[in-house]
Amino acid sequence: MTDAGDQQTRLDERGGYRRPVPVLWWIRKPTYFLFVMRELSSIFVAWLVLYLLLFVRAVGRGEAAYQEFLDWAASPWLVVLNLVAFAFVLLHTITWFALTPQAMVVDLRGRRLPPAAIIGAQYAGLAVVSAFVLWLVTR
Amino acid sequence: MKPDAPMKLRVEPFLWLAFSGGGVMAAIFLPVLTFLFALAYPLGWLDPPDHDHLAAVLAHPVTFLVLFGVFVMMLVHAAHRFRFTLYDGLQVKHRGLVAAVCYGSAFFGVFVALHMLGSAT
Repeated sequence: MTDAGDQQTRLDERGGYRRPVPVLWWIRKPTYFLFVMRELSSIFVAWLVLYLLLFVRAVGRGEAAYQEFLDWAASPWLVVLNLVAFAFVLLHTITWFALTPQAMVVDLRGRRLPPAAIIGAQYAGLAVVSAFVLWLVTR
Repeated sequence: MKPDAPMKLRVEPFLWLAFSGGGVMAAIFLPVLTFLFALAYPLGWLDPPDHDHLAAVLAHPVTFLVLFGVFVMMLVHAAHRFRFTLYDGLQVKHRGLVAAVCYGSAFFGVFVALHMLGSAT
């Protein structure tokens, strides 16, 4: 890999050398793999937004459409897809909460709030929102 | 340096801000919404709520505003993250095209959200 063409592709826009990275670099280590899985959660977030919108539309169309949607949502392929999506959502939530103290420094009366407090506050928020949603849809 | 570099410097921070906001919304809202509406109710783990009650909750303007805001932020979050998955994970080189497709899809999703949420109110 010493011909001029390869040399050219290895130079970035500023003219510096960049070591080529193989496409499957992320299967080499568990931490890399987890990183890419975390990044892939975006696909499932987008899918769940679409799914929830379809759910809302079915409710808006009346009782029969709502029942039909629930039956459709219980079909095996959709259950598998939604189970996988749920796993990715949990991965997103756990990793997002864990990273927040590194992205955000909270000062309280001149003292830095410990990371555990920030993470704990987020789980408390999750619990409150979850309880509120459950109460709202089942009361 | 490319002529459009100063423009990128102005736009990127706002994209990262929207990414963060959407990430928080997804982390807090999606576990319960997915568990209830994608698993527990369709599979009968919990009794599905009465249609009239659910329709009344969805018809409320506050529900519309909250859901629309949360869904839009999550779509921007997903588009932004997927853009960098293609850049870094799959080493896709067409950066302009990738950004256009990702944010374009999110923009399209905003109209779908508006239409579908509006149909239930």
